[in-house]
Amino acid sequence: MKIVINGESCEVVAGTLADLLEERALAGRVATAVNETFVPAAQRPACKLQEGDRVEILAPMQGG
Amino acid sequence: MKRFYGTDLPNPLMLGTAQYPSPAILEQAFRASGAAVATVSLRREGAGGAGDTFWKLIEDLGVLVLPNTAGCHTVKEAVTTAHMAREVFGTRWIKLELIGHTDSLQPDVFQLVEAARILTGDGFQVFPYTTEDLIVAERLLTAGCEVLMPWGAPIGSGRGLNNPYALRAMRAEFPDVPLVVDAGIGLPSHAAQAMELGFDAVLLNTAVARAGDPVLMARAMMDAVEAGRLAYGADPIDARDMAEASTPVIGKAFLA
Repeated sequence: MKIVINGESCEVVAGTLADLLEERALAGRVATAVNETFVPAAQRPACKLQEGDRVEILAPMQGG
Repeated sequence: MKRFYGTDLPNPLMLGTAQYPSPAILEQAFRASGAAVATVSLRREGAGGAGDTFWKLIEDLGVLVLPNTAGCHTVKEAVTTAHMAREVFGTRWIKLELIGHTDSLQPDVFQLVEAARILTGDGFQVFPYTTEDLIVAERLLTAGCEVLMPWGAPIGSGRGLNNPYALRAMRAEFPDVPLVVDAGIGLPSHAAQAMELGFDAVLLNTAVARAGDPVLMARAMMDAVEAGRLAYGADPIDARDMAEASTPVIGKAFLA
């Protein structure tokens, strides 16, 4: 299945957002959004991914 | 010192964490200055877990964390970013930035008020990056904000306080609201001036991070905000046009 992760088109096997984080080895402190909607960590296992979904995976970064 | 959403700050310096020459210098700048609040952001996670490394550094500093919504141009984007930040950083504090103009990075105050209202309703404690406009300030307070953060000058410009008159008016209008000058500070004298006006804290980043010696500048900023705070409490004299001898005239010897 082809989806967009952080702006880049990717071929993935995962069927849910939780599986996707595991597949991409992103086990750290991240926040997620699918199609511009925030998906809390607790809802990731139930969040089914579909072809063409836009997934944002954000992490702590320097800021002013 | 006023409380920020029920939290006492040990000192009035809030420091950004961006643009330092290295993580080690960022860490030293915080440790040397004693700044107790660090602003942070969220960005796309790349390979290598850079986010975790950065977060570990901030956690080890033991400072209060103020996540921002930097770079957001719409209410939806800012609100979603705030929710993501709350989950990642585990704090209800959010520095709400809604940028309206690309060159000046001037806040879009109309969207700012709307986003502040939504986020307050969602349980956030909003630190709005705003202008010096008193009507906007009033609307932000009505929207639920308990802190106001007017700009001194455009972000990263280092120009100091562009409109001290308006900042003084804001202090007078809202005597009980914690006020922070956020952005535009270039020198310790600018930071001291903000505190002399009666502001409760100063938030700055570029002036320290881009200085030739960020660690030294961070210390200078802390000394400046502490001096300014003491000066405001000491009730400074008014400036006057003419000289007034400070040494008593009575008892002066006749030697002419």
